[in-house]
Amino acid sequence: MADRSTQRLMLLILAAVFAFLYVPISVLVALSFNEGGLPTAWTGFSTKWYGELISNKDIMGAALNTLIVAVSSTFIATILGSLLAVGVEIRRRKGRVLETVIFAPMIIPDIVLAIALLSFFSMLEVTLGLRTIIVSHVVFNLAFVCAVVRARLKTFDWTIVEASTDLGASTITTLWRVVLPVLMPAVIAGALLAFTLSVDEFIIAFFTAGAGRESITLPMQIFAMIRFGVTPEINALATIVMTVSVVALALSQRLNSGKLAGQ
Amino acid sequence: MADRKPLYLMTPALAWLTAFMVVPCLLVLALAFFRRGIYGGIEYTFTLETIALVFDPLYASIFIKSALIAGLAGLIASVIGYSAAYAIAAMPARRQPLLLFFAVLPFWSNYLVRTYAWIVLLNREGLITALARYLGYDGEMPRMLYTESAVVIGLVYNYLPFVILACYAPLSRLNPEIAEASRDLGGSAWTTFRRITLPMTAPGIATGFVFVFVLSIGNFVTPALLGGGQFQMIGNLVYAQFLTANDWPFGAALSMVLIAVMMGLLTLQTFVSERASGARTKEA
Repeated sequence: MADRSTQRLMLLILAAVFAFLYVPISVLVALSFNEGGLPTAWTGFSTKWYGELISNKDIMGAALNTLIVAVSSTFIATILGSLLAVGVEIRRRKGRVLETVIFAPMIIPDIVLAIALLSFFSMLEVTLGLRTIIVSHVVFNLAFVCAVVRARLKTFDWTIVEASTDLGASTITTLWRVVLPVLMPAVIAGALLAFTLSVDEFIIAFFTAGAGRESITLPMQIFAMIRFGVTPEINALATIVMTVSVVALALSQRLNSGKLAGQ
Repeated sequence: MADRKPLYLMTPALAWLTAFMVVPCLLVLALAFFRRGIYGGIEYTFTLETIALVFDPLYASIFIKSALIAGLAGLIASVIGYSAAYAIAAMPARRQPLLLFFAVLPFWSNYLVRTYAWIVLLNREGLITALARYLGYDGEMPRMLYTESAVVIGLVYNYLPFVILACYAPLSRLNPEIAEASRDLGGSAWTTFRRITLPMTAPGIATGFVFVFVLSIGNFVTPALLGGGQFQMIGNLVYAQFLTANDWPFGAALSMVLIAVMMGLLTLQTFVSERASGARTKEA
């Protein structure tokens, strides 16, 4: 194995990289509890910035919109994405075109999908708002749900499906009572991932929201606040948003690692 | 199950993707071949002028500038990311998954929030200034926020976890016996790294670099927030054409060229890494 000085160098590199990764976000979290709210001086512990958030109508409205968008788009994407995953895995001879279409939303740059959807909706003269954001979020959410569920299906034992159909169950019954229970952890993991991505998504929502204040989402609100200037409230908001994403994603990862899946 | 059933399961999702991804993207592609009407709107006559305008020196220079910034971000992220991945791979095997987890964790938090964190640090009244004052420096602080460097830092920070993951994969698969053989044959640690480890794990670096480059070149949030609108990158230009200038054909043409650059790079990268892994299988 490597000698001592190399080992020490490795530890030093790791410490530096982890400091680079964690100092900025730690500062944010710490400042959200700073009475004065400014980075220049620590004036005492306080949760008052969190109180300010709750009494801020704009932020609460944006939070509600984000929740509506995330829950609806996750719901639709989870159903469509899971069915897609099952369909794709049954159909063994996969076409390249099919694969490209399914994976494209994960690869297409956000801004391109965003302007494409904006042009599309405008040409059809669809009124932009929460509904168009939901429809657009489903596009990338369903790709991620499909990917998570497909990963689980790779180790799926298809003989139980054969057994089910041999015993006279219909496709729907087999899907509902045999396939779904086994896939459930992956479906939930996929849904949690979709939910987080939807809560965090900014660019597509920004383009497909329209001009009105009533369809502003939390990331859009954060973007507007940052451009307006640094206020201590953003620290508190940022801390909450960050916590929600990390918790939901950690849960999703855990479900997906199979530890809770009973396999 | 019968052959027709899978199609029936896939139909709703495929219909959604067709309606809200394939069609809109084709629409943007088509838009690029029209031009903006005199009074705004779109003039529906086929023309290549709009695409040609992308290569006008004025706009081409924005492309080049974006590529330089994306390239610099990719380069810095690759060096830091590779070092971090190398260090993680050198740790005891049981600690590696946890270290990797914490290296990727920040990536799971909101992009805007991570970018905003740098505003707090680089601000004129920010933490770095406060720290400098605390350490006794009372001269004029250089401007840190709203510069190109700030944008590069933001991009490196946001995409570093990608590079660490991409570099860790080949590093962790590396057979330690090969490095041992090199040392037994008299190679120094540096020679072994330079002539064995680095070439064998280069595809990981290439993957990481291309990823950062592709994500950075079309980025408009980081330049808007950390660059403070002081200079334009291609993403900001696309944004402006659609939401401010109302010249959709030109915005579409810019995006098409942007996508072409991205696709070209991604394809090249896949091709190179496939060849590299193919060559390795032959050796084995």
